[in-house]
Formats: sequence, C-alpha cells, structure tokens
Amino acid sequence: MRPCGVFDETYEKDIAIVRTRGHWLLLIGSLLFLFILPLFAPYYLLNLTNNIFITVIVVLGLQIVTGCCGQISFGQPAFMAVGAFFSAVLTTKFGISFWIALPLSGIAAGLVGLIGGAPSLRIKGFYLAMGTIAIFYLTMWVITHLHITGGHQGLSVESPSIGSFVFDTDERIYYIILIITIILTFFARNLLRSRVGRVFVAIRDNDLAAEVMGVNTFYYKLLAFFISCFYAGIGGSLFCHWYTVVNSEQYTLIHGLNFIGMIIVGGLGSIPGVFFGVIFLRLLDELVLFGSPFLTELIPKLGIAPAASLGVMVFGLVLIIFLIFQPRGLAHTWEILKTSYRIYPYKN
Amino acid sequence: MARIDQQSRNPILEIDNISLNFGGTVALKDINMDILPGEILAIIGPNGAGKTSLFNCMNGFYRPQKGTITFKKTDITRQPPYKIAKMGVARTFQNIELFTGLTALDNLMAARHILMKQGALAGGFFFGSARKEEVQHRQVVEDIIDLLDMESIRKKVVGSLPYGQRKRVDMGRALCMEPDVLLLDEPMAGMNVEEKEDMARFILDIHELKETSIVLVEHDMAVIMDLVSRGIVLDFGRKIADGTPEEIKDNPQVIKAYLGDKFSKKGVSL
Repeated sequence: MRPCGVFDETYEKDIAIVRTRGHWLLLIGSLLFLFILPLFAPYYLLNLTNNIFITVIVVLGLQIVTGCCGQISFGQPAFMAVGAFFSAVLTTKFGISFWIALPLSGIAAGLVGLIGGAPSLRIKGFYLAMGTIAIFYLTMWVITHLHITGGHQGLSVESPSIGSFVFDTDERIYYIILIITIILTFFARNLLRSRVGRVFVAIRDNDLAAEVMGVNTFYYKLLAFFISCFYAGIGGSLFCHWYTVVNSEQYTLIHGLNFIGMIIVGGLGSIPGVFFGVIFLRLLDELVLFGSPFLTELIPKLGIAPAASLGVMVFGLVLIIFLIFQPRGLAHTWEILKTSYRIYPYKN
Repeated sequence: MARIDQQSRNPILEIDNISLNFGGTVALKDINMDILPGEILAIIGPNGAGKTSLFNCMNGFYRPQKGTITFKKTDITRQPPYKIAKMGVARTFQNIELFTGLTALDNLMAARHILMKQGALAGGFFFGSARKEEVQHRQVVEDIIDLLDMESIRKKVVGSLPYGQRKRVDMGRALCMEPDVLLLDEPMAGMNVEEKEDMARFILDIHELKETSIVLVEHDMAVIMDLVSRGIVLDFGRKIADGTPEEIKDNPQVIKAYLGDKFSKKGVSL
C-alpha cells in the first residue's frame, strides 16, 4: 500500500518491496503477531495454521513452475511424498538429524523433479500436464514398492529436536514451520523480481522470443521444476515430521488438483496470491466440514453424502466462478484495492 | 564518407550459398550475402520471397539444408538461437512477439539477460551484488527508454499497449541486448506516416549512437530510399539484385518481380 504522493527517487527504491516506514511497521507487526500466535491460539486454529503454512510452501513452488514459468504440473504431491519419505528414511534408518535431512529432502525432491520436467523440452500445456500426472503415478508406484519406505504401511517418524528439546507439539513445531515459510516466501518473492524470475515469465509468455533473447529455455524450465520440487520436498519433509507418520495415502492426485486450484483462485504468478489462494480454499474446506452435518440434519434424505462429496463440489464451483469472474485471482482484486487507496478520492 | 571504409572492412556476417526447403517447397535457393559492420541494409521482395525465412536462418530458428552462415568468423549455421543471440545477433518480429505479462520495463530488463550474471540463489536472496546489478542494468535500460520515448509506458503491462507502442518495446528489447547485428523484420508494418517517421528517426539514432549493423525488411520504397545504404532483393527464394537503392529501383528484374513483365520493358522505375 503506497499512499498518494509518495514517489520513488532512486532505482533502488523503485525496485524495493518494502517502501515506506508504514510498510516496515506493518511487516514487523504482522511477523510479531505470527510469532506470538501460539500463546493464545486454540489448538484447532494452530493445527489449521500449520497445515496452511505447509500448503503455502508447496504451492509457492507450484506458483514458480506453473504460475510463472507456465509449465503446468499436477505432480506436486508426488514430489512432496519424495521429500517426506526421503527425510523419513534418512532420520529413521540412517539416524541423520532432521536439520540435515530437511534440506537434503528438498534437494532429493528437486532432482526427481528434473525427471518430471524433462518432457517439457518437447511438450507444452495440456500434454505436459498429462505427462506430470504420469510422473505422479510412477513416483508413487516406486515409493510404495520400495522396501526401505515401508511399502503401503509407510513409516513412523520422530519429531525434530535440538538437544533434549523436542518439537513434539503443534505449538513447538509451529515455529519451525513458520520460520521456514518466511525464508522460502522471501526467497520466492525476490527470485521473481530478479533476472531468473523475469526469464521464467518470459518463457511462459513467449518461449520463442525468450530464446531469441539468449535464454536457454530448456535449462530454465528445468531450473523452475527443480526449485518448485525443492519447495514441495521441504513441505513434505515438514509435514511428515509434524504428523510423525508418513504413508502414500497422504499424497493423492486430488491434492495436486487442489494446489492448481489454489494458484488460480489466488492469482497466477503472484506471491501474495499464493497466500490468498491457500487460505481461501483451506477455510472453505473447513466451512464445508462444519456445514455438511447441518445440511444432513436439514434434509435427512441426503444421508452422509454431503460430508463426502460436498467439498469437491464446492471446490469445483468456486474454481468455475473464479475462472469466469476473476480469472486473475484474488491477487488482482488486491491490486485494484491498492490502486483505489492510492488515488482516492479519484476513481479508476 | 563511412561507406568507403565499410567496403574495406571485413563483413561481420557472411551468408554463403544457403538453401532451405520445406518438403518440396523451395524457400531459399543459393543465397549469398554479406553484412558489413555499421551498415544499414534492406532486404526487400514481394510476399513469400523468403525474407523472413532468411532472418530465421540467421538467428537459428531454421537450419538450412545447404550452405553456411558465419558470424564474427564463427560458423553459426547449426547453433541454437540462444547461442547466436549471446554472440550478438538480435531481432524483432513481424508480428511482435513480446512478453505480454511483463511491463515494458521488465521486457527490456529481460533482454539484458545475457549481459547479467546473477543466478537463482543470488536473485533469491537479493543482497548486495544482485541488487547492485539490477540497478546498474536499469540505468542502461532507462537510457534506451529515453532514446525511444517510452517514459510514459514504462510501468504498463505490455499486453495492454496499442500496436505502435508495442513495436517500440519490441525494438527497445532488441536494443537492450547490445547487439552487433540488429535484424528488424518489418519495423514499420501497419503504421501511419507519423509513426513511420518516428521509427525511421529511431533507426537512424540507433545507427549513429551504437554503430550497430542494421538489417531491415521493408516494403515502403520511400523508407528504403531514405534510410539504407544498400539493398538486397529476393524473389521466390532467389537473390535477384544487390546494390544501392537507386540501382535497385531501376533494375529491370526487380521491376518485373514487383510489377510484372509489362512494366519492366517500359522503363518504369519503382
């Protein structure tokens, strides 16, 4: 939010994200709020927040590869699973500390992601999306058929710890998740305003022209896949150490569709949009979860059907509504709000 | 003036006997041509003569079946487009191929890609060197924005700009690569007289300031007569003339290609 009459005088200021003192206050204030949240938040809210933050990490990755670089990927849950299982195996079977396993699982997922990204050299759009679905099933098949991952049963994992301090409650692990979310958001936001981020958008908008600008498009597509899957791997690793159990049922293709829905609702190519999209759809999920028993009470003939299928139906409906009425997502609405604040009392 | 020492200089880009076929269709046949450092060269010819195909060969989109293209003494015939771009060949497109989701400024900054060094990690943390590099390149980009009168559209998303201004962004983007050879594919197509005059002024400014070799495809004879030092005429994939604009204008073969047999015998000039 930049008030009217504030102008940039240097290029440094022009490319800055946090511009005015008000911004700084807002930023520090909201970070402080997030850090003291566990002191008063009820268990339910904290659980939801942890879930939201992990989803944000994974969807940030998807935003980079799909929203910015234009390579549609439904495989994100598979790369989460790679990160989760890799980290679980490292900590339980090899006794490696969580703090080392976490970045390693990101890198492992990133490397698997390179295989997922390889078809993007030749195929685009819809066909690439199909390709990533294939990669999803292949990866999940391999994971469930390996001996070391515990097959279909999966593994139980220990909570992370420093010395004798164990991050075994929602409040404690909240801080790990929060700090990593902050770092990864910072990284993604900066990446998108720097050289590599511009190249990603250039490839999305016009890959031929990007090539004429001297961009090795294949290299950068793979880089986008690597970064995206790195994020997914980190998210997966955090998720499994939070739940202290990992199995292949936690990662389904429906999640992949949900993630795509989140970046559409939030706004393609926008980092704030990731937060908008994830929070919006997660809260909607909760609403449906609370609402469906009432619906059954209202119309008893429905039985337990609403609880099972209402969520999917509402998700589809919301997606259609957004694609028709606000295809640029909530991030665009936010931009419009900011502009009208700046030019008030005039109208756009 | 400059033309005399141009003749003595070695060509910066040499096209040696290239032929390009698509199946049975001959797009280019045995084309020979040189581009000298610092000259403005026009490629003209009727529709389908192979002008754009020739451009596409020069920057690596097409690979000719026969012949070689040499740029700065390196064979670039089979190089991928991004490598050719890195060596110093920039181009604009007939149907403007911009990054529509980026602002005009970011389009130009994206073109600085080959001249910037920061990788994903440096960009992601954006401390010190990455920010310094951004600002440094921003200054160069601002000079080009200044040169092309684009101050007012700097922060506008390119997808929302009108045609004439998009052409300008396209040209600016090619310039930002600081090329040695600039290929302009119909820079004035679909423009009114005033916009054409602006564009002609930009081309001359660029030529004077940066000493870039400029190759342009153009249909407007008046533009060619005023701007270029040399012209090459293509017809059905063959080169039929090469010379000063005056020579081309009176060349009977050129008149035949454009206007038909009847006129070439009457001594009409284009």
